[in-house]
Amino acid sequence: MSRIGIRLLSTIPTLFGVILVTFLLTRVLPGDPAVFFASNPSMTQADIEAVRTSLGLDRPLIVQFWLYLKALLHGDLGNSLSTGQKVTTEFANRLPASAELTIFAFVIATAVALPLGVIAALRRGSFIDHLSRLIATLGVSMPTFVTGLLLIFFFYFLIGWAPEPIGRLDPFMFEPERVTGLYTVDALLAGDLELFWAALKQMVLPAVTMALFALAPLTRMARASMLETLGSEFIRTARAAGLSRRKIIVTYAFRNAMLPVVTTMGMTFSYMLGANVLVERVFSWPGVGAFAIDSIINLDYAPLQGFMLVMAGIFILVNLTTDILITLIDPRSSL
Amino acid sequence: MSSAIKERFESIRYTVASNPLNLLAFGLFTLIVLVAVFAPSLVPHDPLKTNSQFALQGPSATFWFGTDQLGRDIFSRVMVATRLDLLIAFGAVILSCVVGSLIGAMIGYWGGFWDGAVSRMVDVLMAFPLFVLAMAMVAALGNTVANVVYATAVVNLPFYIRLARSEMRVRRGLGYVEAARVGGSGDWRILTRFLLPNMAAPLVIQASVNLGWAVLNAAGLSFLGLGVRPPTPEWGIMVADGARYIASGQWWIAAFPGLALMLTVFVFNLMGDALRDILDPRMRT
Amino acid sequence: MNEPLLSVRNLTVDFATRRGTVHVLDDVSFDVGAGEIVGIIGESGSGKSVTAYSIMGILDHAARICSGEIMFEGRDVLKMHRRERDGWRGREASIIFQNPRTALNPIRAVGDQIADVIARHTPAPAAEIRERTIASLRQVRIPDPERRLRAYPFELSGGLCQRIGIAMALACKPKLLIADEPTTGLDVTTQAVIMDLIQGLVREKGISVALITHDIALASEYCDRLIIMHAGHVVEVAPTAEIIANPRHPYTEKLLRSVPSLVDSIDELQAIDGSLPDLRRRDLPPCRFAERCSRRLAECDAGRLTLELALAAPQPCTLRKGTGPLSTPHLIACKNPL
Repeated sequence: MSRIGIRLLSTIPTLFGVILVTFLLTRVLPGDPAVFFASNPSMTQADIEAVRTSLGLDRPLIVQFWLYLKALLHGDLGNSLSTGQKVTTEFANRLPASAELTIFAFVIATAVALPLGVIAALRRGSFIDHLSRLIATLGVSMPTFVTGLLLIFFFYFLIGWAPEPIGRLDPFMFEPERVTGLYTVDALLAGDLELFWAALKQMVLPAVTMALFALAPLTRMARASMLETLGSEFIRTARAAGLSRRKIIVTYAFRNAMLPVVTTMGMTFSYMLGANVLVERVFSWPGVGAFAIDSIINLDYAPLQGFMLVMAGIFILVNLTTDILITLIDPRSSL
Repeated sequence: MSSAIKERFESIRYTVASNPLNLLAFGLFTLIVLVAVFAPSLVPHDPLKTNSQFALQGPSATFWFGTDQLGRDIFSRVMVATRLDLLIAFGAVILSCVVGSLIGAMIGYWGGFWDGAVSRMVDVLMAFPLFVLAMAMVAALGNTVANVVYATAVVNLPFYIRLARSEMRVRRGLGYVEAARVGGSGDWRILTRFLLPNMAAPLVIQASVNLGWAVLNAAGLSFLGLGVRPPTPEWGIMVADGARYIASGQWWIAAFPGLALMLTVFVFNLMGDALRDILDPRMRT
Repeated sequence: MNEPLLSVRNLTVDFATRRGTVHVLDDVSFDVGAGEIVGIIGESGSGKSVTAYSIMGILDHAARICSGEIMFEGRDVLKMHRRERDGWRGREASIIFQNPRTALNPIRAVGDQIADVIARHTPAPAAEIRERTIASLRQVRIPDPERRLRAYPFELSGGLCQRIGIAMALACKPKLLIADEPTTGLDVTTQAVIMDLIQGLVREKGISVALITHDIALASEYCDRLIIMHAGHVVEVAPTAEIIANPRHPYTEKLLRSVPSLVDSIDELQAIDGSLPDLRRRDLPPCRFAERCSRRLAECDAGRLTLELALAAPQPCTLRKGTGPLSTPHLIACKNPL
């Protein structure tokens, strides 16, 4: 446990670097955020100056950074200029939407990729093997925003299986009572199956889009890692000892093969955080990615700053989880 | 010496012949590059000319890929866009490969303070999802094509720095480097004459694998309205244009540039695999 | 000769590679008697490990057994069903490998790995399996076995890992142990300890051993009989003392001359000229040593070469105590023997 604590502490320099980079990037954003208010004709030059002062933009950069850090420590990410809301409030509303989508997509991708990769390795040269290689090469070549659009065309326009791609829920339905913020989970908690199906249906296409993207690296790694493990000497020992095929594949090969796969899973999850932005845009998904795009367009730096920080934070958390998982599987590694 | 070259050639021939996909990859790659070079003088229509009379027409004999909402010929636009997308990708990859491997090689060779400092900076860069970082950088630096190239290059730097650094750390202790040092070669000469050339293979492999990703990254940025601006023909923007019409069935506006993008990335990835087969037989799967 | 425990007959194995078919084993035949320690000797690439893996049924996918029989107690293991053979290996015959550390699963406690084997072949309640696991560790003289059960290979020395390998191999009391270069990866002092341990255990339990090694000096110290292999052929078979004193095949003679401890003076020490022929060649001569041989005759390149009784065979010798008498002829595959 204390080792996990030490590992957490070791992320502090990285975290500080992340905050610094985020701060610098958003301060060089073109255009003066205060000018945003200047579009309002009732504002005078003096008013704009007042906004600048209230935002601390007239102070030296180092002082601004200090103020920013102080606010951050109090959990204050500033206010969105375009919506007037606190950035933290916006995130509280939008993060669950992104999380639900990403996690669902990740589960789909893992559930398909691992068996596919493992079976491909066990039956080299078979149909499944060729299929897995095709998916691995094709998958990395597919831009999420194109696959998303093609899926919409086929499954919404042509066959009509999928609902209209306009966010998390049909506009005529009411959101479930908020517990986790994940609509499917909340609908189940409320015992509302109809709502659960409706929310799930909205999520299928965007989730599949993201899963297709994540499938490629996972399948590729699962196959390669399983092949390498199956060829290793301790598998030969296990075979020579007459252990059953099942035992060899599950207990001996699979667990060892999982080690690099877990690392890849962590990496893939973070790639998905990036892809999220595009997928949310295509499916009008009201998540943090879509929010970040809006703030870039509006030169609204506080939400963008918050977004980058949250993404990097999740990223660091994912890496930590990966490390912990690997320590659990592999006695040789220590955090 | 000539037998070594012959053997090398033999191995390339073997790799290409043993996997017909490799041959296909090289063929298509040549085709794409030719399109990028000659498209502007070959296309049947002016890619920028709008004509509301022909707006939103499906594929036909006149407009092979149909027309967009302004009546522009999609086939011509897709072809012409190849050059810009390829330039961005190649520019970004070459930039990050050259700068990244130089930085990585130097910190790997000399170690010390700069090694630590750069490594920490790389950690920080790696802590962001790449696409998000590229997005923020283009937003911060300004909405231009050059900035898309820089942003794509910067988010890729860490991979080259890390690769070059670790290759360097492995190699600097090897016998031939010691021999060169004993023979009186200076640091710089050892670095440029003995070490960098030997690191070329893994770096080239990394770059070729990276190329497809760079195309995707650039197109993704312009899909979001970052970087390239309309009416410049560019695949990402064209897909974004078509996105508004896809739910009402006008699939061709987004589909053709999307497929062009997919094909290009697919070919680049295949080629990356083929190059890896040729340059690094150990990594064959 | 009374009924041997293991009889390999006319075993031929090919490997399919990117650059053609490699004829790794060609018409290999030999016996291992009950309670006997037999050394299979040859330089690397001579096919000794492939022979071992063929017996255990753990060949690589690229390998193909083209013909031959592997008779174990009168049954051909190559004709067994997969399940039957899985039950056979590990229980009737087992093997230890060259790199003890990589031969063990790196992320499974060594006790669990031994217990897996015991549970596979002789299912029993968990407590009993644990007892037997501890007993198997004790048998290979691992101190504090209860604690070592939970150790992982990376926490143990190479010698200890090899003891674990031996414990695992002997856990189900097999009749045959194949030791594939068991001490090559260990340092010299550990080598002797491990070899003494193996020898002691197998003599005590009457287990037959096929010791695969390139080290003829080591083999001559521990083996009752030696089988000399060269480029996928068995070239000479004879009791150890006989072969050391009276090698008949030119290759054996050169092999003996290349070992410092077996020659009388440093001047007699010689290297073996040439290297193994490329086993992908279609025009391999009947005797694969011919191209390295100074005694090559025209007839060496004509007709088949078989393993035959050496003329003027020595008197049947009595094996060491506890193994029973076995008539052991001196066989060679050479048309112009020494």
